Amino acid sequence: MTEAVQAAQSLPADAAPLAPERDLMSKFDGLIAERQALLDSGVTDPFAIVMEQVKSPTEAVIKGKDTILLGTYNYMGMTFDPDVIQAGKDALDQFGSGTNGSRMLNGTFRDHMGCEQALRDFYGMSGAIVFSTGYMANLGMISTLAGKGDYVILDADSHASIYDGCKQGYAEIVRFRHNDVTDLDKRLGRLPAEAGKLVVLEGVYSMLGDIAPLKEMVAVAKKHNAMVLVDEAHSMGFFGPNGRGVYEEQGLEGEVDFVVGTFSKSVGTVGGFCVSNHPKFEAIRLACRPYIFTASLPPSVVATAETSIRKLMHAHNKRAHLWENARTLHGGLKDMGFRLGTETPDSAIVAVILDDQEQAVAMWQALLDGGLYVNMARPPATPAGTYLLRCSLCAEHSAAQIETVLGMFRAAGQAVGVLG
Amino acid sequence: MSDRQQTFDKVAELIEPFNKKGVSLSESTTFQGDLEWDSLTVMDFVAAIEDEFDILITMNMQAEIETVGQLVDAVEKLKA
Repeated sequence: MTEAVQAAQSLPADAAPLAPERDLMSKFDGLIAERQALLDSGVTDPFAIVMEQVKSPTEAVIKGKDTILLGTYNYMGMTFDPDVIQAGKDALDQFGSGTNGSRMLNGTFRDHMGCEQALRDFYGMSGAIVFSTGYMANLGMISTLAGKGDYVILDADSHASIYDGCKQGYAEIVRFRHNDVTDLDKRLGRLPAEAGKLVVLEGVYSMLGDIAPLKEMVAVAKKHNAMVLVDEAHSMGFFGPNGRGVYEEQGLEGEVDFVVGTFSKSVGTVGGFCVSNHPKFEAIRLACRPYIFTASLPPSVVATAETSIRKLMHAHNKRAHLWENARTLHGGLKDMGFRLGTETPDSAIVAVILDDQEQAVAMWQALLDGGLYVNMARPPATPAGTYLLRCSLCAEHSAAQIETVLGMFRAAGQAVGVLG
Repeated sequence: MSDRQQTFDKVAELIEPFNKKGVSLSESTTFQGDLEWDSLTVMDFVAAIEDEFDILITMNMQAEIETVGQLVDAVEKLKA
């Protein structure tokens, strides 16, 4: 036996802790201190909310208090739809609680196929692939489509899943200024003409709720022979004649190569997908690591998704009511004097811009205490270092609830001093 | 004056509007440590450099560039 092994064996069980410089967790000291300082100021942690009960798409119990939900992305209010719930229960009964495997091996059940067919029908496209989350859909599509020597050109305000899709792959990454068509054109023009290019855009940018000038951007991308992927996570169900998204609303049917979406927002469950008319689209299943090396969605999830997607095709009344809610909330907050992320109600997200973290947290806390939940968003998730209270509307919010919400904002804004 | 010195001077000139702390610039000045730039400042500055030299600096390249000297070298290489 060598001396080293003897030494190792004689180490006491309660060895001295690692020196701070060797402790890999030391890198989080700054984050821990910042969070502690926030909590020490006496507020509820905005990033540790627990929904003790969920009563409907728009109401939950938080810390024992009935609370209106205005920050859930449950745009179409499908989470409590009786048909959707029944489909999930039936799938649980018939297929069990989980798949125990990859889509590529034992993880494809009847309802995964049904769900993909519902997507083809919804989007009127020939190909649909379901991923385990929306994050994985972006991660998988971007890293698989753009290989070594190719270029991904993305908006600077892109969602983390798009940035991470870029990091996961081997392509060269180029950013352009948020929603800036001229900047996109300029950057595409500087790339090697012969290189493969993927322009990644989002229909609605979720922080401020602003929409992209997709028509102009897609035209610029085509001019430079680039393919286009659009993430329509925050628009499904209520943009365009068929609810397909901002690209449909702007008349870009057949112009976009890949559309990525999610089940966790309008569809009301969890999962992600990509749809496309590309004749070779199915090959993604053979090459995409975030598709292959993870377990598929449980049967109950894909069954609820399928039913929900099919119902969303005909949800014209819900769609109209959602837009009505967005207009009422946006107009009401603007009239009170709040600074908002967009001039007009462009999407189902209304972002209230505040001066700093202190003001944002105070306002957020006042709203929560009054019985309203909104999302607090802060850098680095937000653009230009802004602090936001982000409201997302639901088709199931009643007109009376929106009036109540406006009253809560007025009271909180005055109490905190945001409103004069 | 050498080409490289000219590039350095131009880069230094483009840094100035973003040099809020008035850090004196040398080859070894770092963007993150010395100039304390956040990712948004980096983006605006990179755009200015790209426009000036009519080049494109990908995010992959940006990740490798820590100092002013390294940026000057990269610009020299890209515009060649």
